Amino acid sequence: MDEMINRKNMSLSFFESKRKVRILKIILVYLVLIVGLLVVLLPFIWTLSTSLKPLEEAFLWPPSFTPSKFMWSNYLQALEKLDMLKCTVNTLEVTFGALIGALLSNSLVAFGFARLRSPWRDTIFAIVLATMMLPYQVTLIPLYIIYKELHWLDTFKPLIVPAYFGNPFYIFLLRQFFLGIPKEYDEAALIDGCSYPRIYWSIILPMARPVLITVGIFSFMGSWNDLMGPLIILSSYEKHTLALRLAVFRQDVFSYALNFTILAAASIMVTLPLIVIFFLAQKYFIRGVVVSGLKG
Amino acid sequence: MRLKSYKGSALTRYENRWFFIFILPWILGFIFFQIGPMIFSLIMSLCNWEIIAAPQFIGLDNYKTFWTDPLIRQSFKVTFLYSLMTIPTGIVLGVLLALLMNQAVKGITMFRTLYYLPAVTSAVSAAILWIFVFDPQYGILNFLLLKFLGIKGPPWFGSETWALPALAIMTLWGIGGSMIIYLAALQSIPTQLYEAAEIDGANSVQQFFRITLPMLTPAIFFNLVMGIIGALQAFTQAFVTTNGGPANATLFYALYLYNNAFRYYQMGYASALAWMLLLVIFIITRVVFKTSNWVYYEVGT
Repeated sequence: MDEMINRKNMSLSFFESKRKVRILKIILVYLVLIVGLLVVLLPFIWTLSTSLKPLEEAFLWPPSFTPSKFMWSNYLQALEKLDMLKCTVNTLEVTFGALIGALLSNSLVAFGFARLRSPWRDTIFAIVLATMMLPYQVTLIPLYIIYKELHWLDTFKPLIVPAYFGNPFYIFLLRQFFLGIPKEYDEAALIDGCSYPRIYWSIILPMARPVLITVGIFSFMGSWNDLMGPLIILSSYEKHTLALRLAVFRQDVFSYALNFTILAAASIMVTLPLIVIFFLAQKYFIRGVVVSGLKG
Repeated sequence: MRLKSYKGSALTRYENRWFFIFILPWILGFIFFQIGPMIFSLIMSLCNWEIIAAPQFIGLDNYKTFWTDPLIRQSFKVTFLYSLMTIPTGIVLGVLLALLMNQAVKGITMFRTLYYLPAVTSAVSAAILWIFVFDPQYGILNFLLLKFLGIKGPPWFGSETWALPALAIMTLWGIGGSMIIYLAALQSIPTQLYEAAEIDGANSVQQFFRITLPMLTPAIFFNLVMGIIGALQAFTQAFVTTNGGPANATLFYALYLYNNAFRYYQMGYASALAWMLLLVIFIITRVVFKTSNWVYYEVGT
């Protein structure tokens, strides 16, 4: 009898300790997660705090996280000094110009690779994938010369037009999705006398909404964040995109020290739209990253 | 033979024609934005091409200069050191972080989202955010180092020794990108594998090394290749923060290439550098693929 009670106690304490280990593990996980999070968010928080400080406070020692008063005027000054509204209009023009091209051209090409048969298909698709490995620097310089001859320098054309001619990464993403749509749809439509363009436009595209959103987000971010393209193409000040203006403003040593807080405000404003888009369309974004990473 | 029988059917011929119509944008892009410029670039690399003056054919001189240019050696050193700092650490940290994110605790999706934020921040903005953190006098990092560790922080971007590590830290900050890929790989591991291992009495350490890690190797391989290519093409961060300085301590290969083309207007030499970059990427990825027998591929995929 005594022995039995003892045994019961033992097993109880065994469970007890197992539960304790579990709780301890959860606490540990949270601890690591939170410390990591602080590291990840530090640059955002610190820049945000800098962007709201009066200029002299940005140079205080020891530094403080909370501004003594919130200088929202830094943001207005940033808008004005970097002429950000004009830059935003430029950036949007480039971004949406390229976005439409990316959606149109890549979905057409991907439809060809995913839904139509040709003896050349696999060979050509292999070439498409191979071009992903090409460093862009190889075509950067000759394209610059070509754009110069075409009088395209200092216009948005070099930043928009190439998007209408396919991008291997987006073709891959879209093709992967199209392959998952049952072939029966096409066959039924063909029997009903549908042409391939009709199948592409009225059957496949409406079903491909999620992946089109993914490609749209990638294209948007690519244009919004691009520095190299605008840097070599756009020379006149009033044509700058946001990324280029930010980089140029930062490299101006004189304005750097004088406009510490303004630069901070400007970089927060340039980043914010992307963060908002990311929060709204996370699902589509992550799916694109994962598909390219796991199947690429 | 196959072509012949294929030619026989009207429907497949019709389909073949439409195939080429649909991929036409890519074919045109391939000709006008890739192959054409590449041929042009190859010719340029054999010339002394200074944009303002007429190009002069100089044969392989640009490639000869490549081998003797001390800044080339420096830029390869910088790129190599940077790869060494970011790639192995990035893989280890990325996997650990993915394991952490795979824990079923409350609020984990929120953590995942927030950890991913740096990966969606524009490279220019990210560089500027870190400029404020790394600022030797007014930055928060050196303050924290002094306060919590009693260390007087280095001048980071202003220091020949610390500028490159600072850029490496910036890169590792964007680890969320590879973390997501590892996480997806983790979640695609069949649970039966763990159940079977449990029955066989394998402890969690054994399970990690015998199941989890092998199943992650394709994702690790992908990130390794992308990491190497990324390092060889790293440009924006260094351009915004240090512009190659101090004393060329952060002169990345891609930055040096850009400088040659668009600051010194040595278009011919810069083209040769681009071709050497292509060659280096080709050789390195070949070697990585050849030595990839450590990557575990499931039968059938």
